[in-house]
Amino acid sequence: MRPPLQRYRNILDFALSSLLRRKGRNLALISVYTLVVFVIASLVFFVQALKREAHELLAQAPDMVVQRMVAGRHDPVPLAQVEAIRSIRGVDGVQARLWGYYYDPVFGGNLTVLATEDPALAPDAIWIGQGVARSMRVREGDLIPLRGYDGQSTLFSIQKVLPESSELVSSDLVLMAPKDVRALFHFPEGLATDLAIQAGNPRELPTIATKIVELYPDSRPILKSEILRTYEAVFDWRGGLMVVVLGSAVLSFIIFAWDKATGLSAEERKEIGVLKSLGWESSDVLLLKFWEGTVISVTAFLSGVLLAYAHVFFFSASLFEHALKGWSVLFPRFRLIPALDGYQLTVLFFLTVLPYTAATLVPSWRAATVDPDAAMRS
Amino acid sequence: MIQHPGILALLVASGIVSLLLAAAGWQGFRILLGWDLHSGSEVQLDLERRTYLVSTLVANALLIQILSLFLFIFTADGLHNQFVGAMCAAGSLAVNAYGYPTLLMKVATCLLAGVWLVLHRADTQGYDYPLIRPKYLLLLVLVPLVLTETWLQLSYLTGLKADVMTSCCGSLFGQGRQGFAAELAGLPPRLMQPVFAGTFAVLVATGFLLLRFRRGAGLFSALSLAFLLVAVASLISFFCLYIYELPTHHCPFCLLQREYGFVGYPLYATLLGGAIAGLGVGALNLFRSRESLTTVLPPLQAHLAWTTLILAALFTLIVGVWMALSPLRL
Repeated sequence: MRPPLQRYRNILDFALSSLLRRKGRNLALISVYTLVVFVIASLVFFVQALKREAHELLAQAPDMVVQRMVAGRHDPVPLAQVEAIRSIRGVDGVQARLWGYYYDPVFGGNLTVLATEDPALAPDAIWIGQGVARSMRVREGDLIPLRGYDGQSTLFSIQKVLPESSELVSSDLVLMAPKDVRALFHFPEGLATDLAIQAGNPRELPTIATKIVELYPDSRPILKSEILRTYEAVFDWRGGLMVVVLGSAVLSFIIFAWDKATGLSAEERKEIGVLKSLGWESSDVLLLKFWEGTVISVTAFLSGVLLAYAHVFFFSASLFEHALKGWSVLFPRFRLIPALDGYQLTVLFFLTVLPYTAATLVPSWRAATVDPDAAMRS
Repeated sequence: MIQHPGILALLVASGIVSLLLAAAGWQGFRILLGWDLHSGSEVQLDLERRTYLVSTLVANALLIQILSLFLFIFTADGLHNQFVGAMCAAGSLAVNAYGYPTLLMKVATCLLAGVWLVLHRADTQGYDYPLIRPKYLLLLVLVPLVLTETWLQLSYLTGLKADVMTSCCGSLFGQGRQGFAAELAGLPPRLMQPVFAGTFAVLVATGFLLLRFRRGAGLFSALSLAFLLVAVASLISFFCLYIYELPTHHCPFCLLQREYGFVGYPLYATLLGGAIAGLGVGALNLFRSRESLTTVLPPLQAHLAWTTLILAALFTLIVGVWMALSPLRL
């Protein structure tokens, strides 16, 4: 081994043994450090995973949704618009969607009722999502009553419970035939809730949207990219807000670390004094302090990240779930897809290790430049 | 401002760098004022101790600054889908007037801090602190630059506003901002190809002269900076077309993404490292007549010149291999 490398190795060896000699103190520091990394890492991972879920969800969404506005409120769209919009150049397909919300007073949750033209759906039957089945405690073949607009209940037989794999999108979903939807909500013929539009080339979407607004000035086109952008902004904002709140925790940790690093014990001072009188230079002691800090940071960072990984991806971030996910009676049960990337780890490193390192620089220098005789005499 | 964790990380980092360098600058100022090597006074001993503090602070600040340069680009890239019309970092940086100036200042401060560390290394090898004054004068130049960079970055990040849906109208088209330079126009490849090849050849030739005859250090230094500029211009002009396999995509930032094997990191790292070492050669050359440095400088300069040459060759090799393997032919 080359001599300079040997020197680094020896100093690292010494740093490890000196850390071990003060086990209690360093363990306390590492556990607080780990806790700080854990909390922030859980947050960053969770927000990232939610963003990914939103992306995957919206991958299936239509390129553009057109709503009609009346007095600033969302209103049904006349079906006559379908043909007019379809004839706009660049539009691949227009689908009139019929859907609404149904509040179930028994278990106090909102269901999304959507019309489907699927020929596999039997007459007077419905398909329901896993969340609905769970809350209503029903299975395939059971009958459930839904209260219509006039207070009369209609019985529907459950033909199918939608598979678990689609739970994130279908948890609160009830699929039924268009005529049943119209009957349930007293939804007038010739109107749809909104229009879903597919375009061949997504770059043409803004132009198509402009043309739709020219054609129907009371319409409100919403692009998929806008929905995505809004989701991103909301998740970032929630995550960022939590990080700001946790900033105080980081700050107190920094003060704690500063205090630990400044308050050299008499024994440590003596030790550095002995080292220096044995011929160690200030730069060697600085290197020693650097290695000590690195060992502590790496240990705490890795264990914090591992714990956060387990917390978010195995236990679905049970500590922050409600603050970040939002709240609903019929929330889908899903496990986040584990994923880590270098960017998140770098952000974490910046938020935790950098402040710690910066806080210990001056104390290390102070320790490294003590006078050997003064240190040993004290 | 968008409260993205990456943005918070950048703000934390630039806050720390400013704090460290401001502290280092203050100590440097005191050292400049009170330095007297021939005195054995308490004050002088204290100042000598403080040189350790300054170098530790600057070394850490430089490391953070380089990391945050990449984090800055990556964060800008990650934010692009929150702005209408932005396709990658090129678009996000153009969202307000502070984006590109911040990036340029970050690169400039990285280069200067690197040169400072080169001077520091030479200084610690001479027995009588030969470079103490130039070193701390340079530090006093560096500090206001870093503070300006921090201010620019703060202005850029606080000025970001995501184009989220509005309640009156879902779409932002028509009223959206116009003229994002999402597609950077490059210089014509026909011009840049010979310019790049020429700069590389001249750099290698002067490097050879320097290593063999110890002449032309200043020229070599200037050329290493020129190589950085020409290489970035060539990257935008034609190298990236081969990497993206698209004759129209001139973006210098998409190189950093996974789709292109993160090739941007080694490319920019070699360029930045090569320029720092090359500028270091020239900076050291100014002090070659100092007595205590006469034996120290030549090997250090040779070491740095080799570093520049190897990194430049590595850069050329990577883009060359990529060009050769790319199915695109211009």
